[in-house]
Amino acid sequence: MSTSEATPSSSPSEAASDFSLDSEQPTFAQAIHNYRSKLRAGDLGALPALLAIIVLTALFGFSRPDTFLSVTNFANLLQQAAPVMVIAMAVSFVLLLGEIDLSAGYTAGVTAAVLALRLQNDWSLGATIVICAIVALALGTFTGVLVAKVGIPSFVVTLANFLSFQGILLLLAKEGGTIHIDNKTINAIENENMSLAVSWGFAALATALFAFTVIRKQRASNGTIPLQLAVVKIVALGAGAAIFTGVLSGNRALPAAKIKLIGVPYAVPLVIILVLVLTFLLTRTRYGRHLYAVGGNAEAARRAGINVGLIRASAFAFCGLLAGIGGAFLASRLSSVDPQTGGNDTLLLAVGAAVIGGTSLFGGKGRMLNALLGGLVLALIPNGLGLLGRATPFGIKTFDFSSSGMKFIVSGLILLLAASVDAISRKRTVT
Amino acid sequence: MSETDAPILQLKGTNKSFGPVHVLHDIDFSVYPGKVTALIGDNGAGKSTLVKCVTGIYGTDSGVTLFNGVPVNIHGPKDAAALGIEVVYQDLALCENLDIVQNLFLGREKLKMGLLDEREMERLARETLASLSVRTVKSVRQQVSSLSGGQRQTVAIAKAVLWNSKVVLLDEPTAALGVAQTKQVLDLVRRLADNGLGVVLISHNMNDVIQVADRVCAMYLGRIAADVPITRETRREFLVELITSGRSGDIGLQAAAEVTI
Repeated sequence: MSTSEATPSSSPSEAASDFSLDSEQPTFAQAIHNYRSKLRAGDLGALPALLAIIVLTALFGFSRPDTFLSVTNFANLLQQAAPVMVIAMAVSFVLLLGEIDLSAGYTAGVTAAVLALRLQNDWSLGATIVICAIVALALGTFTGVLVAKVGIPSFVVTLANFLSFQGILLLLAKEGGTIHIDNKTINAIENENMSLAVSWGFAALATALFAFTVIRKQRASNGTIPLQLAVVKIVALGAGAAIFTGVLSGNRALPAAKIKLIGVPYAVPLVIILVLVLTFLLTRTRYGRHLYAVGGNAEAARRAGINVGLIRASAFAFCGLLAGIGGAFLASRLSSVDPQTGGNDTLLLAVGAAVIGGTSLFGGKGRMLNALLGGLVLALIPNGLGLLGRATPFGIKTFDFSSSGMKFIVSGLILLLAASVDAISRKRTVT
Repeated sequence: MSETDAPILQLKGTNKSFGPVHVLHDIDFSVYPGKVTALIGDNGAGKSTLVKCVTGIYGTDSGVTLFNGVPVNIHGPKDAAALGIEVVYQDLALCENLDIVQNLFLGREKLKMGLLDEREMERLARETLASLSVRTVKSVRQQVSSLSGGQRQTVAIAKAVLWNSKVVLLDEPTAALGVAQTKQVLDLVRRLADNGLGVVLISHNMNDVIQVADRVCAMYLGRIAADVPITRETRREFLVELITSGRSGDIGLQAAAEVTI
């Protein structure tokens, strides 16, 4: 019998040293170094989106400090961004599988129309929400079954649904009609603010929750995450939340107005809670793990005993449901629903937001937080350009940046940039 | 080489046809615990079909399968897995976007109160890799996309043995590897057998076979041409002759007429 030389007996202590990174207790500086080498390997995460937010804020803030940096505009910006963020989270579910849902915008529109119509017919808010959830879920499941069971490419299915859902919306809104919403609760989502006490309470709660998770993770890591890093993270988030709430606590009503306009808009905690719940679903549950697995390698997932078809169909169902929630945000913003609700560039902005945030179009990579950051970037552009108005960059030529044309062009370029970053970083990681 | 050990997995008189094409002829194939059985043969000799019959992906037309001496019916990969038979296919079936722990436990995640129990899975992953004396992995939280070919093969094999498997079938585990990585994987294959598993190694590389296997089954046109122990005297040319003509000297299929398709 000829075998390789006798294998050395491995004592437990010897074996433990094999996973050096798992037991190594890096200092703060080393942790930062590790992060930098991760970036160099092509794993950029949310960094491009964060950089874009900083650069755009600096650019617009420097050009129009009075208007762009005002508290009024800050609150307005958040409310503008919220619907796109929610629909971006919806689309993220299917993007994680490497699929696309082009009909998510009109799913939002149809759900919004059902919402408005039921409320007009004096349904209670509870019953209306239930029927809206059913409609949104049904639209998503319809797409999901066609993709997963019938086997039509999602691009084609959702392109077809893009048309037919638009048709449903037109029928519901009676061709050019507008359905008004009088319900205070729905209108409050995008138009009202929390009282100061609730605002600060939420900031404190969010910080406490964050601190709890970070410390739990640090404890469980056996020192592979340095304690200083955890503390720095918590302090940074706490300070951020305090500044955020502090700024929004200032009165932003016009000087002549009789009532005060203060507090954090309701849209902010709603979006944050949605991000937290969905992140929990994706990272801590078996379902979330299987979603990433199917997105990464469907064949491997199938061989591991995962019901790939069910995961696919359910992702589209989730996408529909979340798009429906996005529809409620859209309806609330204008306090009405018309045939354009969820149309125009809604879907493109949502997909763009997810991709700019770092969610891959190739599937298997992405987080809910990405949708939030990317949504902010895409809200900053039209908001900032609108306030910029006429300007002469580098003294070359005068442009009217507030024109729709300019807004679309700049948004498109930023999206292309994000998709390039995605493609290039993918090339780097897959060698 | 003690032949007294009872085989853990045994196929007796197995036949398989795809329509008019008779692919497997009266196959007798045994896997012994603690031994590496090499399965060699030219392309189209029936190696892959045999593996798929073992794991129940294909049903057989006739013949019995014995597991630990008891007749069993394997109707699919799930039945095979339940018995402790795992296959590591050539394409490995790993999710590159997930890390080692996530891949090892894919589809069989450990839960605690309905949520993923990451610490327990990490601990078990480290234990399994350590028991296989895997030394090249820096962290069990490394993404598979960042691993080398040999490391990926190691993870795929670890995934197969994580579940107290009894029999592991490896489909050309060294085909795409360099010299050093091939040695690592062959050492691992040897260690699996030393840990008491029945290992089937499908390979086209005769040096690998001679280096690591205890016995060799050569297939020729859907038949087992030879089932012999590997000794110090086993030469590469002998195995190549078995593969290309189904016989070598006195060993192998004797009459040419016997070999019809």
